[in-house]
Amino acid sequence: MSIDTIAMQAFTGVSIFSILMLMALGLTIVFGLMGVVNMAHGELMAMGAYTTYGVSIFFQKYFPGLLNAYFLIGIFTAFVVTFFFGYFLERTIIRRLYKRPLDTMLATWGIGLILQQLFRQFISPRPVSVPTSEWLQGSLYVTESLSFPLSRIFIIFLSITVATLLYIFLHKTRWGILIRAVTQNREMSGAAGINQDAVNTYTFSLGCGLAGIAGSSFTMLAATAPDIGQSYIVDTFIVVVFGGVQSLFGTILSAALIGQMQTWLEFYFSGSMARASILMLVIVVLYFRPNGLFYRKVRG
Amino acid sequence: MHQINRRALAKRGALALMASALPSSFSRGSANATNTVKLGILHSLTGTIAIAERSVVEAELLAIDMINKKGGVLGKKIQPIIEDGASDPATFAEKAKRLLEKDQVAAVVGCYTSAARKAVLPVFEKLNGLLYYPTYYEGLERSPNIIYTGQEATQSSIAATEWLHKNRGSSFYFVGSDYIWPRTTIKLCKSTLRRLHAEVVGENYYPLGHIEFSSVINKIKTAKPRVIVNCVVGGSNVAFFKQLKESGLLDGNTTILSLAVTEEEVSGIGNENAAGTLSCMSYFQSLDNVSNNTFVRLFKDQYGPERVTGDTLACAYTAVLLWAMAAEKAQSFDVQAIVAESSEMEVDAPEGRVTVHKDNHHLWKRTRIGKFKEDGQVEILYESPLLEPKPFPVL
Repeated sequence: MSIDTIAMQAFTGVSIFSILMLMALGLTIVFGLMGVVNMAHGELMAMGAYTTYGVSIFFQKYFPGLLNAYFLIGIFTAFVVTFFFGYFLERTIIRRLYKRPLDTMLATWGIGLILQQLFRQFISPRPVSVPTSEWLQGSLYVTESLSFPLSRIFIIFLSITVATLLYIFLHKTRWGILIRAVTQNREMSGAAGINQDAVNTYTFSLGCGLAGIAGSSFTMLAATAPDIGQSYIVDTFIVVVFGGVQSLFGTILSAALIGQMQTWLEFYFSGSMARASILMLVIVVLYFRPNGLFYRKVRG
Repeated sequence: MHQINRRALAKRGALALMASALPSSFSRGSANATNTVKLGILHSLTGTIAIAERSVVEAELLAIDMINKKGGVLGKKIQPIIEDGASDPATFAEKAKRLLEKDQVAAVVGCYTSAARKAVLPVFEKLNGLLYYPTYYEGLERSPNIIYTGQEATQSSIAATEWLHKNRGSSFYFVGSDYIWPRTTIKLCKSTLRRLHAEVVGENYYPLGHIEFSSVINKIKTAKPRVIVNCVVGGSNVAFFKQLKESGLLDGNTTILSLAVTEEEVSGIGNENAAGTLSCMSYFQSLDNVSNNTFVRLFKDQYGPERVTGDTLACAYTAVLLWAMAAEKAQSFDVQAIVAESSEMEVDAPEGRVTVHKDNHHLWKRTRIGKFKEDGQVEILYESPLLEPKPFPVL
């Protein structure tokens, strides 16, 4: 195997890692920090993708000259839209189900189905084409035979930025301390006077907003269709559970491991075998470490 | 002395009400009892195959509409009964059973993936139904209860492989979805290449719905084939083409020919991502003949000027026409009678004049190879003579 191939494969591993991480960060926040199983996470990613589609249409119609700039605005808009949808969702449904994890699963699964049908009904049942901005098209050619797609480079940078900002938010800001306090010991933080309602709402909204960012960036790589959420959700849950539900660092590490494994297994075996092998590996690891790779003891 | 027992009266009244509410189709042999005849339509309206199959329903409804305007079949209007297979073979089998048993349809036009067709095959054979299968497939089948209006392998993948070897190169890389059609098709292509002494440098399969193709693209870049044969099916093609485009593989002199991509899929993939790639089908919207011009015009009038027509739509339209013609000729909706009368029947289909084979339930048809242009339409590079269908070829 040539050095070019190794380099491209390593890059692919990093790219898949960044995609998995971007998807899983939102879910970790919600699932890990709040114990809420959000089965609609995939549909929220789809919502982010459709929002970006909407922004692209808007630009095509009113500012065709500025079409190149639409994508960053698209990502930001996707975050805002899914953040507010998450806010609305938490206030109406999720907050009533905190003590009932199975019911939350059921409720969010139902919401996911409703969202899918809404996309089908009001946008289109078939995939829509979201244009890739010109500055993100094509590849970066290091040599004649060694090239890296620009959209993937962008996603890698985006996911590193998001992960870093999230870390800073959680560890260096006041809101971050509140969220971590409520996660580690809900009752005690309530006793200390922290407004749990507000923390819950904004944490959930943040998780949804992150899903929106992920979905938005995936418009460059895959279809934007009502059911794409289903393609993403399983991988996302595997990453989160494998990494250890409470741990942000665990999620990141698990995404990196799975990303590299998937790339190399797919190179040597078929896509189906690679997938099966990864799932087997996850099962084996979870057998020995049922709480995932990194487990932090929490109360409440 | 009778005491009016209110409870008994209420019970009897409720029973009477329920009985009158039962649909009349519960009675046997209802297809001939009223002024309509039921035609089942069984396709994926949702799921990963919806991108290909949803509009096939619209082509079938167009044909039904056209026939009804001319008076229907045997004096009866065709009533379509649409069911959603949801891209899941088990659901297809269940809905097929429902159409045949509960709705008592005279025939069904349906299915796209071979997985779905294989799932409904035993249902149609057991219940003696009639299925018109409008999709190109791998062949190796001849059911007494199915009429195949799409291409089988010798009329599509094998013809394409021979053309590619003659015109584009001798090293081939195969990528496909992981189920019976791509696997069998690629197996048939590889046998053909063995016969032609050409080289197979790679072969990879991914599950339906898979969207991460960077590894296989890296492998293709390493193997440097002259030709890539794409047997990826459904929504995954959108991801595959987008990722192919950004990798730069589409810009070089590697030929990419897809066996499961029509104008329909391209509208989801994005014209700019598919431009320059090839496709092998019997029908392309850009075919210029009287029948097709009418078909495309009617379709666009009904469904919108931006809509496109692909191979499966044309074959589905043809299927409905063939069924109506055979029923008229047989003067009956009986399955065996229609199948018998279909033998050697000719029709002016949108793809040109086609003939039903004497006994193998397939059609004589031409195959074409075309290149996608920037507008999503196809420039035809090659048109074969009329090919005899050989679902069980000697390789």
